[in-house]
Amino acid sequence: MREINVKEIIPVVKKLCIDANYYIGEDVLNKIKEFYEKEESPTAKEVLSILLENYELAAKEKMPSCQDTGVAVIFVELGQDIHLIGGDFYEAINEGVRQGYKDGYLRKSIVNDPIIDRVNTKDNTPALIYTDIVQGEQIKITVAPKGGGSENMSEVKMMKAADGIEGVVDFVVDRVSRSGGNPCPPIVVGVGLGGNFEQSALLAKKALLRPLNESHPEEKWAKIEEEILEKVNKLGIGPQGFGGRTTALGVSIMYKPCHIASMPVAVNIQCHAARHKSAFI
Amino acid sequence: MPQTIRLTTPFTDEDVSKLSIGDKVLITGTIYTGRDAAHKRLVELVEAGKDLPFDIKGQIIYYVGPAPAPPGKPIGSAGPTTSYRMDPYAPALMDVGLKCMIGKGPRNQKVIDSMKKNKAVYLAAIGGAAVVVAKSIKEAEVIAYGDLGTEAIRKLKVEDFPCIVANDIYGNDIYKEGVKEYKKET
Repeated sequence: MREINVKEIIPVVKKLCIDANYYIGEDVLNKIKEFYEKEESPTAKEVLSILLENYELAAKEKMPSCQDTGVAVIFVELGQDIHLIGGDFYEAINEGVRQGYKDGYLRKSIVNDPIIDRVNTKDNTPALIYTDIVQGEQIKITVAPKGGGSENMSEVKMMKAADGIEGVVDFVVDRVSRSGGNPCPPIVVGVGLGGNFEQSALLAKKALLRPLNESHPEEKWAKIEEEILEKVNKLGIGPQGFGGRTTALGVSIMYKPCHIASMPVAVNIQCHAARHKSAFI
Repeated sequence: MPQTIRLTTPFTDEDVSKLSIGDKVLITGTIYTGRDAAHKRLVELVEAGKDLPFDIKGQIIYYVGPAPAPPGKPIGSAGPTTSYRMDPYAPALMDVGLKCMIGKGPRNQKVIDSMKKNKAVYLAAIGGAAVVVAKSIKEAEVIAYGDLGTEAIRKLKVEDFPCIVANDIYGNDIYKEGVKEYKKET
């Protein structure tokens, strides 16, 4: 049994919020460079080079690469041999978000209720926190700030087994097609299959955490990811929707068992700023 | 062939008539910011026949909610937000003189028709290139709706603010033409 004071969590979450927004992952930079080489449209090439310049500038100037610094989506893997002391665990995470968004000059983008008041909470809380209990006595915290523009292009569909893998592929490609230039392409496509209505969406979100240079560990799924990526990049949407070959940088699938009657499919669209940073306590 | 055109604000009919989809535009002068919440208020004023917080004739509205300004900088990261959310409001503002909108992503047919009718244009800034855009913003001042925080209306002084013509006054749409050119049948 290891005791951890929840106050230790605050500075860790604060730093992750700031770092995720200032410093894009190498996997994203490398993918953009890779697609730049293959891109045929001169406008698309220019857009991709501006994006690379922007990520470089953001890191140098210590500014968020995008003004939409997102809702703070936080994944926690909590070791079951830990005893948390010193206060409320979730409040400590939210305090880290509060401090990170204030001291990092990040935008506060959360409103208190979705429809009637829509008053800004002014500190970007509450964060969206998902906790898994795992073995051991460590805590892994991942902060994945998620922008609104791409999130708005996401969708869950309750399909039927008869739709088959072709139905799933068609739905995902169609979802990207209907999104057009809205979600800031080149995008990353997170796909969650199975579970239930609610779990499929969470799987699609978690799928976005996989580094872009990695495929699904099972070959049959890796092939489907490749097939979707190829189809998506034939849509012609291109960077920003101006036309081109680079509509998506990657497709990432996660799946879970599901009910005999169901085949839930969730598509979570991620803009090119596929931001996430992790730390261990 | 796409060209690079430098324009100073406010825009005239002659200025916007030179622009075709795909052209790169570098804007210098004053532009105003506004997104969902501010647009709702502006259109309520128009419908009530009241004055707007700024003279909108020939003006440019940039759809942005900037990040806070770090010490020593006039503004934080300031890339465009997705424009379709402003589609329900844009025609009413063009009818009272708005000449140019800057954002990202396609507009609906009503907005495109209104641009044709009012000789107005829609320019795309690069979504996610928020630090590059911020570098072209030299001053920023909240002039209305401070209670909205990042969504307040700001007056920006810009120099060579970079964007691409997405819809010209002739009814052309880069989001349709560009995709058509690169779409492959599967």
